[in-house]
Amino acid sequence: MGQLGQKPQSVVIEARGLSMNYGSNLIQSNLHFQISKGDVFVIMGGSGCGKSTLLKHMIGLYQPAGGDILFGGQSYFTASPEQQLAMRKRWGVTYQGGALFSDKTLAENVALPLVQYTTLTSKDIRDMVRYKLALVGLAGFEDFYPSQISGGMCKRAGLARAIALDPDILFFDEPSAGLDPLSARRLDDLILQLRDSTGATVVIVTHELASIFAIGSNGVYLDANSKTQLDTGSPGYMLNHSKHDLVKAFLSRGE
Amino acid sequence: MKQATLNFHKVSDSNVVVTVQGSWTVSGVLPAPEQLSAMLDDRLKTVVFTAGDDFFWDSRLLAWLMACQRMLESTHCQFDLSGLPEDVRDLFNLANTVPPNKALPERHASLFHQLVNRLARLGDEAMALLAFTGELALTLCRWFAQKGSARWSDIINFCHQSGPSALPIITLQSVLIGMILAYLGMVQLRQFGAEVYVANLVGVGMVREMGALMTAVIMSGRTGAAYAAQLGTMQVNEEIDALTTLGIKPMDYLVVPRTLALILTIPLLCLYSNILGMFGGGLVATNMDITWLMYLYQLRDAISFGDTMTGVVKSFVFGLLIAMAGCRAGLACGRSSAAVGQATTNAVVTAIIYLVVADAGLNILFYHLGI
Repeated sequence: MGQLGQKPQSVVIEARGLSMNYGSNLIQSNLHFQISKGDVFVIMGGSGCGKSTLLKHMIGLYQPAGGDILFGGQSYFTASPEQQLAMRKRWGVTYQGGALFSDKTLAENVALPLVQYTTLTSKDIRDMVRYKLALVGLAGFEDFYPSQISGGMCKRAGLARAIALDPDILFFDEPSAGLDPLSARRLDDLILQLRDSTGATVVIVTHELASIFAIGSNGVYLDANSKTQLDTGSPGYMLNHSKHDLVKAFLSRGE
Repeated sequence: MKQATLNFHKVSDSNVVVTVQGSWTVSGVLPAPEQLSAMLDDRLKTVVFTAGDDFFWDSRLLAWLMACQRMLESTHCQFDLSGLPEDVRDLFNLANTVPPNKALPERHASLFHQLVNRLARLGDEAMALLAFTGELALTLCRWFAQKGSARWSDIINFCHQSGPSALPIITLQSVLIGMILAYLGMVQLRQFGAEVYVANLVGVGMVREMGALMTAVIMSGRTGAAYAAQLGTMQVNEEIDALTTLGIKPMDYLVVPRTLALILTIPLLCLYSNILGMFGGGLVATNMDITWLMYLYQLRDAISFGDTMTGVVKSFVFGLLIAMAGCRAGLACGRSSAAVGQATTNAVVTAIIYLVVADAGLNILFYHLGI
């Protein structure tokens, strides 16, 4: 982290002819896109087009039906279990509802990856946990259980857990869904600040237009009817130059 | 990589420059924050941090800086991070934008307090149980008066889940219980040359006691726990709130069909278990010098209709108790996934306590009634 930005254009994630099934249902096929280091990559599209499914393929929870996803040129799915684990440690994933372990306090939730994968003493882990929770604005909530805090706070605590190991790639599933506009804005700012100061690459599933334009630097539009991507590029570029009216309509709320 | 070190350089009484060097990362060993606080005294106003040679950092540095900041909170000493990389400054400021929360979470009480609370809550528990029982009775009455909203399709569905699907495990369990009873009796009765009476032991033992009780134990683990988990998950997902706001009583819609299904299926399972238990006993008996004919003939004389009925009545009561324990635990479930686990445990434990107490009570009753 200390020495960033030597190769700003290097490709971190690349989808090559990716297709995804859900059982025998084809969800999306023939997806091609590239995500560069430091990008905020937005996966967008209407409801039910497979945005979350694409995210779950990217984080290795689902096996693609065809094609491949490359991380720094290496395929996750053909890697050995040790390599897969090493790759996973470089990712941080934030789930829609936070997905905090409900029988653990926030501190224990954030500490879990640190306890598992580092050799830090318990005092150092406590300091790290305090710092990570302070980053997401939850300083002083260490000993609270997820059931004792609000939904928005759960999301931020989930983010604190995702960044526990200083990941290179941060994945978000609908980060601003269910948040009020101000909290959503704060979360967007937080994502950008984290990206700027840690040099992480961010992949976001969202359909909040405000977020898409505020933070997206690159993206892909998935279409539910044709079951493939209609366009890829930065949201601003797609709004003005996309060949597909559907993409333009989506990005301008049909106005 | 070089070890992380601190260098102090005192500029004036109120100003000290601290140079951080080496690798301040997760894999390294950092100097204790006390090293910094030991250097400082009351007159100090500003600590200026600068980066030295071979300086590497990650979150560990920031966690350390924040630990130092907390340690120096009382001394009004300012941190000046202008000599550190911009990213460090940004992250440090970001972590300090929201002031720490001072409120404490609800504490878990000490063991003694928990015990006192438990005892104090026993009364409430008893009242809640009584209220639940009363409401269930009323709801059942309403259902019998054709005014409830429980649907037959639900009841049949639950009957299928608790009845036919439980047959394999009931079969295994009953045959083995019968065999155990037969072995037990054989060893004792052989001393008197009364081996043929093993049929009485197995028959009466199964029909009056073991058939009903063991079936109920299996069902409390299988169906009672499932009821608690289903209703508990519905509670977590706010489905029960949704039902209530739709004007449908959870008691009517969720508890009654489950209770009726269990009351209907358990006596049948109990009869099935009785027959298989006697068959299991027969397997053992015929292996040792008794023929099937003798065994069956003896059985016919041993068991009366009254004996069979006591077992069926018992299992009917047990079914009601299991459904009650399961549904009550599910409806009283908290709002987290851990609470669902607790509710399930609760359902099985209370069901088994109810079973044993009810069994003892019914046996005393039957004895005094001479059945």
